[in-house]
Amino acid sequence: MPVNEQNVFAPWEDPKAKPLIKFENVTKRFGDFVAIDDLTLDIYAEEFFALLGPSGCGKTTMMRMLAGFENTSSGKISIDGVDVGGVPPNKRAVNMMFQSYALFPHLTVYENIAFGLKRSKMPKDEIAARVDEMLRLTRLEKLARRKPHQVSGGQRQRIALARSLAKAPKLLLLDEPLGALDKKLRQDTQFELMDIQEKTGTTFVIVTHDQEEAMTVASRIAVMDEGRIVQIETPARIYETPNSVYVADFIGDVNIIEGNVSPQDGGVHHIDWAEGQSPIIAHADPSIANGTRGFFAIRPEKVAISAERPADRANAFQGKVLDIAYLGNVSTYHVALPTGNIVKAQATNSRRLSRRDITWEDTVWLSWTDTAGIILTQ
Amino acid sequence: MNIRRIFLIAVPYLWLGALFLIPFGIVFKIALSDGALAIPPYIPTLDFSQGWAGFKDFAGKLDFENFRFLASDDLYWKAYLSSVKIASISTLATLLVGYPIAYAMARAAPEWRPTLMMLVILPFWTSFLIRVYAWIGILSNEGYLNQILIGMGLIDEPLTILNTNWAVYIGIVYTYLPFMVLPIYAALEKMDDSLLEAAEDLGCSRFSAFWLVTIPLSKAGIVAGSFLVFIPALGEFVIPSILGGSKTLMIGKVLWEEFFNNRDWPVASAVAVILLLILIIPIVLFQRNEQKQREAEE
Ligand SMILES: Nc1ncnc2c1ncn2[C@@H]1O[C@H](COP(=O)(O)OP(=O)(O)OP(=O)(O)O)[C@@H](O)[C@H]1O
Ligand SMILES: [Mg+2]
Repeated sequence: MPVNEQNVFAPWEDPKAKPLIKFENVTKRFGDFVAIDDLTLDIYAEEFFALLGPSGCGKTTMMRMLAGFENTSSGKISIDGVDVGGVPPNKRAVNMMFQSYALFPHLTVYENIAFGLKRSKMPKDEIAARVDEMLRLTRLEKLARRKPHQVSGGQRQRIALARSLAKAPKLLLLDEPLGALDKKLRQDTQFELMDIQEKTGTTFVIVTHDQEEAMTVASRIAVMDEGRIVQIETPARIYETPNSVYVADFIGDVNIIEGNVSPQDGGVHHIDWAEGQSPIIAHADPSIANGTRGFFAIRPEKVAISAERPADRANAFQGKVLDIAYLGNVSTYHVALPTGNIVKAQATNSRRLSRRDITWEDTVWLSWTDTAGIILTQ
Repeated sequence: MNIRRIFLIAVPYLWLGALFLIPFGIVFKIALSDGALAIPPYIPTLDFSQGWAGFKDFAGKLDFENFRFLASDDLYWKAYLSSVKIASISTLATLLVGYPIAYAMARAAPEWRPTLMMLVILPFWTSFLIRVYAWIGILSNEGYLNQILIGMGLIDEPLTILNTNWAVYIGIVYTYLPFMVLPIYAALEKMDDSLLEAAEDLGCSRFSAFWLVTIPLSKAGIVAGSFLVFIPALGEFVIPSILGGSKTLMIGKVLWEEFFNNRDWPVASAVAVILLLILIIPIVLFQRNEQKQREAEE
């Protein structure tokens, strides 16, 4: 595997580990509409579990079932080995940060954060200390006396975050917690969250639309589609070895080329993808049956672009530069092959823009090794 | 300042001047006059043909005697106190009846809400007087209420409700209920359900979530509704005279009797002026509440 994985936290690989959260064949219907479809899932204590998926795929619904706002239509959810069906939200050691924030408009920022603590039996001075700590953590000290309608959208999001963190719950559900923050603050908060997670051992389930965020913070990522989980894996594996075109496409940028797969010796496979073009050569393990319709998937940063044909690469194809997307540190080249396929290649901008040697309409070579891409069959 | 702005500002002030300040000035002038057997039944009257001298003569004859009289006769301040008490109790009762109605309306399925709203304002479609008279038929000793209670075996003797303060409370609650329900409903309807979920998530039971979130968020509606009931109830005349008894003491009734039974316009006007002064406090508070709410919504 591409990442060093010795001694890392990976309870999901330990058959003896007991999951903190267990979804067993959970289905949730709203009328005829199936929002969650026969979902089975284990989340372990101290995980930072990210839910990723397109809008409307059921992420919030899953969170709401965990928090106790929705009942399952069928199936069972247990937290810490206890079936939580019928347990009301205030009796669950779970706190949720709402996608809509749900801040109390009649209370100040301070009182909003203190709200949950005041419901517990915590002594007054401890509450004050805890709230101050949360205010410091989310950098809201100066706004403590304001009402939610007197602060900005990003600040509101931080209040919601602080409020859900304040009770230091066993399980914290964050529904798009950082979407309204600017990049810098978002990164800072991501690290704060990871820090909190490490210090308190709280289990986090986080919904995000930002895959970079999921890659940064998560121990595992679940990619969802229409109420089902398509793949659950560590960030590195989900990026490097997606199990389907859907996941490959959803996480990061990818080139997909369809063709007929034929296995050769030593795990090497040929993909015949176009008349008159040499087959794409790629490794696949386990081997794929001859004649299978498959999809070759390769990330743009693993495709090299050069003016001359490189000598040592297993795959090399000629094409013409259609478009260049300049992103500052990297550029993405859209290259049209003679077959009409467009392949994206990404290169680091190690030189100044004015000294770039490849430009529009240039004829270039795209190349990659036989292990750079993978073959997907669905 | 352009013409348009001046115009826009002037209109409400002219309105206020024509419909409030001028009539109030006239009433106040009568309150400072003396009763007389004349038409109109008070002196002095302003004689414009005499010019400035006539005005000075007129102004010299005005005095505060009627107000002194009000202060000396305990009938009046007792009537004011009793009115404040009846209006306060009725307001509280209207709130206790109106809040659950407003709450149920706000919780009803959205497609039902317009219908429910219609039902609340439906009584306004018939004459207020007729509706109050109808309560006589319900509350009297032989009325429907007593018949039903006796029929069910709950009581043996008919309850005397009509011509007591109880009937006045019932009448006021019934009449002013929509004024309480509508502002509370407006406040509750705007409320985001996820706030209650958040409260429960943070450890509240259903009941404490209601107490800590729903009630504070509908406070503006409660305050508005209470003033909308309290202010007219304080000067209410029709309900106590139709449903109340001889012992029901309300300032509206006193006012009426001074005007029409005693034909003492100056004392009646003085009563009205004091009533207005008493009402200014709640009216100003009401305005402040509205103002605060508007600011909060910005
Ligand atoms: N109370 C409800 N009644 C009917 N349908 C609902 C209800 N709540 C959610 N849905 C539907 O269930 C599906 C999943 O909704 P959910 O809110 O879980 O999506 P999501 O993955 O959180 O989306 P987003 O990323 O936009 O927040 C959606 O199609 C939604 O329309
Ligand atoms: Mg959502």
